[in-house]
Amino acid sequence: MTKLIGYVMHSSKEYVCVMQLHRPVPEEDLRRVLREFTGVIYQRPPLRSSVKRAIRKRNIYELELLEYNGSMALIRVSCDAGTYMRKLCWDIGLVLGVGAHMRELRRTRTGPFTEDMNLVRLQELSEAIYSWKAEGREDLLRKAIMPGEVMVCQMPKIVVRDTAVESIVNGAKLAAPGVAMVSNRVRRGERVALLTLKGELIAIGRSLMDYREVLEASKGIVVEPERVVLEPGLYPRAWRGGKSSI
Amino acid sequence: MSVDVTKAGREFIESLGRMCGFDEVFYVKFDEGTSERYGWVPTMRPLNKYIEYGVVNLDKPPGPTSHEVVAWVKKLLGVAKAGHGGTLELPA
Repeated sequence: MTKLIGYVMHSSKEYVCVMQLHRPVPEEDLRRVLREFTGVIYQRPPLRSSVKRAIRKRNIYELELLEYNGSMALIRVSCDAGTYMRKLCWDIGLVLGVGAHMRELRRTRTGPFTEDMNLVRLQELSEAIYSWKAEGREDLLRKAIMPGEVMVCQMPKIVVRDTAVESIVNGAKLAAPGVAMVSNRVRRGERVALLTLKGELIAIGRSLMDYREVLEASKGIVVEPERVVLEPGLYPRAWRGGKSSI
Repeated sequence: MSVDVTKAGREFIESLGRMCGFDEVFYVKFDEGTSERYGWVPTMRPLNKYIEYGVVNLDKPPGPTSHEVVAWVKKLLGVAKAGHGGTLELPA
């Protein structure tokens, strides 16, 4: 499952941040500038960053003023991965003409992970682990941890028959006869999640067909896997020459 | 083929899209079930596998770095591999 962290990291984010203006400005001026920063913006990564410092385009999907007291603004920002909040505050200050900097920052969403999606505090996690280790209780830990499959909840899905699972785990492509179900969100050329009929994530890949084509095809490659997540040995080897146990 | 595990699997698969606000419709190509002899419905994995294939939506407080928190969680859970979904700013 750690192989999928990159996909989550590169998905869109939401932040709440406190921006300190260096001089007071009227609220309507601030709102006007925030509207200017909504949509496509150009941003140069800050000095202290882990990427090449070339100006790049980022999308700001939402930029909402939550509170304003004349010099400090609480804003909510929904944006692409790789948008720097400290830089955004600084640039907003530049356009306002008074200067500004970021005082506090909290990320409220990474990809599908919102604050409403079973958010767990360190304290709660440590208590859940304690009740498991010291008291043998599993329930708290099972509540604190979610199945890693939730990481792909946003991707279109293709469900694979039991007999084709192990071959994908071993590096094969998914062919039409191995498909059990397909979601109406599957599009040719786009990323899809391959699941077992039980819902276990097998792999992430790229679909070579639209969902209608998948339903009609009797042969041919449907998905080229990119990252395999499921461990080998769970499902039977059903291909020719394999140790078949069906 | 087990009816129960097939039904539980189908329910889990349909719950995934709903969890992040997608209304997905699944079309059946091969109407067949899944055998309870192989694998698990993710919510029913034995605890060691549940942890190994699990994620935590952790509310990291300001203070410790993401790396420190990952190291701490790894040790507590006794897992070999763990990661996090990205830092806010690189430490000085």
